[in-house]
Amino acid sequence: MKLAGLTLFAAVALIGTAAQAEDVAVKIGVMSDMSGLYADLGGPGSVTAAKLAVQDFNPAAHGLKVEIVSGDMQNKPDVGANLARQWFDVDHVDMIVDVPNSGVALAVNEVAREKNKVFIVSGAASSDLTGPKCSPDTIHWTYDTWMLANGTGKAMVKAGGDTWFFLTADYAFGHALERDTTAVVLANGGKVLGSVSHPLNNSDFSSFLLQAQASKAKVIGLANAGGDTINSIKQAAEFGINKGGQQLAGLLVFVSDVNALGLNIAQGLVLTETWYWDMTDANRAFTKRWQAEHAGKFPTMVQAGVYSAVTHYLKAVAALKSTDDGKVVVAKMKEMPVDDPLFGKGTIRADGRNIHPAYLFEVKKPEESKYPGDYYKLRSTIPAEEAFRPLKDGNCPLVSSN
Amino acid sequence: MFEIFGIPSQALFGQLLLGLINGSFYALLSLGLAVIFGMLNIINFTHGAQYMMGAFIAYMLLQYLGVNYWFALFIVPIVVGATGIVIERLLLKRLQGLDHLYGLILTFGLALIIEGLFRNYYGSSGQPYAVPDALQGGHNLGFMFLPNYRAWVIAFSFVVCFVTWFAIERTRLGSYLRAATENPALVRAFGINVPRMVTLTYGFGVGLAALAGVMAAPIYNVSPQMGSDLIIVVFAVVVIGGMGSIMGAILTGFALGIVEGLTKVFFPEASNTVIFAIMIVVLLVRPAGMFGRRA
Repeated sequence: MKLAGLTLFAAVALIGTAAQAEDVAVKIGVMSDMSGLYADLGGPGSVTAAKLAVQDFNPAAHGLKVEIVSGDMQNKPDVGANLARQWFDVDHVDMIVDVPNSGVALAVNEVAREKNKVFIVSGAASSDLTGPKCSPDTIHWTYDTWMLANGTGKAMVKAGGDTWFFLTADYAFGHALERDTTAVVLANGGKVLGSVSHPLNNSDFSSFLLQAQASKAKVIGLANAGGDTINSIKQAAEFGINKGGQQLAGLLVFVSDVNALGLNIAQGLVLTETWYWDMTDANRAFTKRWQAEHAGKFPTMVQAGVYSAVTHYLKAVAALKSTDDGKVVVAKMKEMPVDDPLFGKGTIRADGRNIHPAYLFEVKKPEESKYPGDYYKLRSTIPAEEAFRPLKDGNCPLVSSN
Repeated sequence: MFEIFGIPSQALFGQLLLGLINGSFYALLSLGLAVIFGMLNIINFTHGAQYMMGAFIAYMLLQYLGVNYWFALFIVPIVVGATGIVIERLLLKRLQGLDHLYGLILTFGLALIIEGLFRNYYGSSGQPYAVPDALQGGHNLGFMFLPNYRAWVIAFSFVVCFVTWFAIERTRLGSYLRAATENPALVRAFGINVPRMVTLTYGFGVGLAALAGVMAAPIYNVSPQMGSDLIIVVFAVVVIGGMGSIMGAILTGFALGIVEGLTKVFFPEASNTVIFAIMIVVLLVRPAGMFGRRA
């Protein structure tokens, strides 16, 4: 329950040359949910991803000395904000990465802004992080609620699902996802018939599902994540929601959730992700190395995003030879093109949004799955320029036109 | 069709029934807690972890040994109950006569350890467990679609609760147990092995938690934190019902399931706090709980 005092030293093999005295010390803090419902989509797997990124970057060759620390924010904004303060003020952490909970991420966002330290969000989804709450110290790396809505929401409406009912996790993330999806549904000629907000970490959804059923909406949008999504989908199958002609839209479903549901129940689910372990050789190679510490599991886009984010951050720091000014580092990261083996080429916009393609997947039927982890088939690729909210629509104060 | 507070009566009946189903889990779990507290005077914080173990062992039996749900329903409570007996013999026994706080801290620590172990091996996102074939599908009751499995849950937990209540309150063995709580020395003098009875009682209470776990596996996500999500509510149920009262635990379990179900319709955001609000009121008005006897 207490802060997991797990401290990992990225082993820097100094081959032949002794460490130069001027090596720039870089301390990266992986803040995640280490033991709760989001621990499998971020958590210890994100720490592993960060370690692999440091290993591959070879800091010694760039005159850097990198250390990784990790901590548990317990899905509580106050715990996350306190940990961030402690890390920045006492432990000299230069950059915080991951934070898979929008409520906590919005809190850490403000601490990082105040302390002028770098914050790279991989796990949290709220598009407010590059909208009204955007900060010159923050980059939103992997995905966001707008992109999820735009991917899954649009695909469902176009396939005829024009009336919606939402099951929404009652906190920042759920409400942002519902808001962004509602906008997409309306823009594409659909209608929203109702919604119900459920507490985070709810175990029984039958009551909410019954309300959704009574609404006669064609699509039940699940604006929740992790264990909540798993329980919703599992119980929807039990209550015959699909057989009744209603479709479920898992607005945020991770590969770890599909694994927990089993293909029998998850099959046919349409979802949007920015990274899937089985898409490219580079992804498969990363997965294999990652699995050395997490046997039998598959990395999520959040964890891959941590790898990609840490890699790009180290490149910027190596170019600057300094970590002191968070704004300068972030500006450098925006200026340099993103390029790494997992996410490929990308760019970071003025509002802090990292831009790359997104993919619309469908979960395979059990008979289509050939090997463990063979879960998705690609339905379509959403090109980078369409995947994220246009810069002008975000109301980010950093963007001069607003 | 008439309406109650703007909700169609049909929908309301559906919600009442669902509340009752959730109530069956509360009842089963709080029953185990009440039995343990009644006999051992221990607040068993490991209960949630033992419920989770029940679900996980059912999953393991199916996954690794191909043992189906019906056998699991019998095997799992015995296996988990046996681990409970070991815990009682090795650890809890040594705390006899000490302050409640010691038992609380010990069982709480055990719960964290057990949860941590499962999380380490299985991760936090959970494992799949299918509804048994015989209980697939459901019936349309007119006002709602009732999955067969949920109907089974409610019927079976009624039976288990009744049998447990009957065994403790109405049989000779039960009378020994109750007598041993009142005055262990005297009961011993009659030649009854009280420590063994206490051990078996703990094993039985733990077995009940495991049974609830097996029953939960097909409908709730089988994950290491499934117990800690539920146990706080169950403790509130026990406090409202009155610590140590068997009938109180059962009735309060079902009743609070219904209250929570109704909250999910009228004010869903409060559905996870309503039970605690009731707990505060009950503690203020009747500190010993609804059915509790004054100590």
